[in-house]
Amino acid sequence: MHRNGHRARPQRGSLTPPKPTPSFRLVTETAEKKTPLYDEHVRCGAKVVPFGGWLMPVQYTSISDEHQAVRKNVGMFDISHMGQLIVSGAGAAAWLNRMLTNNVEKLEIGGSQYTFLLNEAGGMIDDLIVYRLEPELFLLVVNASRTDEDLAWLQQHLEPGIALHNRSADFGALAVQGPRVTELLCAMLGNATSIPTRNQIAPFEYQQIPLQIARTGYTGEDGVEIFFRARDASKLWNAFLTEGAHFGLRPCGLGARDTLRLEMCYPLNGSDLSPEHNPMEAGLGFFVDLSKSDFVGRAEIARAKANGPSRRLVPFRMRTKGPPPRPHYPVYAGGERVGEVASGTLSPSLGYGIGMAYLPTAQAKIGTELEIEIRGQKFPASIEKKPLYKKS
Amino acid sequence: MNVPDDLRYTESHEWVRVEGENARVGITDHAQAELTDVVYVELPKVGAQVAARGATAVVESVKAASDIYAPIKGTIVEVNKALEENPALINTDPFGDGWIFILKMNSPADVEQLKDAAAYRAAIG
Repeated sequence: MHRNGHRARPQRGSLTPPKPTPSFRLVTETAEKKTPLYDEHVRCGAKVVPFGGWLMPVQYTSISDEHQAVRKNVGMFDISHMGQLIVSGAGAAAWLNRMLTNNVEKLEIGGSQYTFLLNEAGGMIDDLIVYRLEPELFLLVVNASRTDEDLAWLQQHLEPGIALHNRSADFGALAVQGPRVTELLCAMLGNATSIPTRNQIAPFEYQQIPLQIARTGYTGEDGVEIFFRARDASKLWNAFLTEGAHFGLRPCGLGARDTLRLEMCYPLNGSDLSPEHNPMEAGLGFFVDLSKSDFVGRAEIARAKANGPSRRLVPFRMRTKGPPPRPHYPVYAGGERVGEVASGTLSPSLGYGIGMAYLPTAQAKIGTELEIEIRGQKFPASIEKKPLYKKS
Repeated sequence: MNVPDDLRYTESHEWVRVEGENARVGITDHAQAELTDVVYVELPKVGAQVAARGATAVVESVKAASDIYAPIKGTIVEVNKALEENPALINTDPFGDGWIFILKMNSPADVEQLKDAAAYRAAIG
């Protein structure tokens, strides 16, 4: 995941990167942004890496431990790097419906949906969640690395009366995910608090800190995403650490975020989704409403649907003990090279290698036997049903 | 961070224990702490000739694959098969049961080129 750019081929690092020289450190500080929780991550012992233009914690103790904390108890992720865009004004809903693939008119106030921002060719500029806060007021939570591109695209298509505001610099966000999340929230907000139901968002207050809490996430567990002013970030982070200690909460980094989402087959922008792919190929046609008469990319998507996509993003698992699959490893079916790994990792929940790859439709059937080439050796794999991990 | 005094070290975080003509090699406590969660180890073949600083084994964590380099020139005479079943030995016992391979040194004097414990400690800060 931590490769938003597209590398031509898999690379191995040496064991640890060289210690940064002073000049390198200077470059790092000017090149990558810090979230309002950067100092908290350092205090918690995080290993910090550049990701999508940000310095982000990849892990605090270990990816496996943090992964298990989310599956069994509760974990907290800083997602302040994600872009937060506000769209408002008379006609905002109608305009967003022409810009996005899903149907925002189906959203009640406080509802949200997963959706895509497409280019004219139907390629995915970004995948995002749109929250309807008021009839004509929306929050768009977009991928960190795509925020500038999204903004430029939306700006370019802006219509009179619609206001587009990037609130990212002034706001932070936390994802609190895991089966004990409601217990924790009730302990913090009061037992009478009714936590929003799935995909709903609502305003709350915690010790004079205004919050927007949404029942959304990227882990496959029950959980919330919480939006707040950047200046309240540290206080909130530490409150969750303290209160969460009673519920087994652990701070979690991007490493666990990636293994958790991949077990669920949730796509990662830059690895699984890009302007070179459309939602039909990604198996995400559910989030495209072709009953809408007009939206950017509609003609191409309708064509892709009518003809059937020529390739599909499919989940696979390794069939034997071996090295974990990683992005760009070649994929074979019937001895032919048919694609490459888009996302891959060792699943901490399942104990074997898992991944996703774009394969020609003819080879993209569940049960198809594959081989993944890893350092010149081929290892058996098979195409599986989504999700790869199911709660027992 | 544990840095045993009786071992030699490389800048790329391998350790070497001289055992007669042979050198036993693993990765340091510092390296395993940086990697965490070792999930797979690709061992070299017994009999393989290796060059100093040549990529010899691969250690994979959940997040990344990392090359392990031969600290000195020689021939692989033994590999730690226990890592195939339990790669996490590298995390739990990096200087003991988590060793990776043993090589017969072409020239045992090469060891003198490697860092001693004090120099390695200084290098990792």
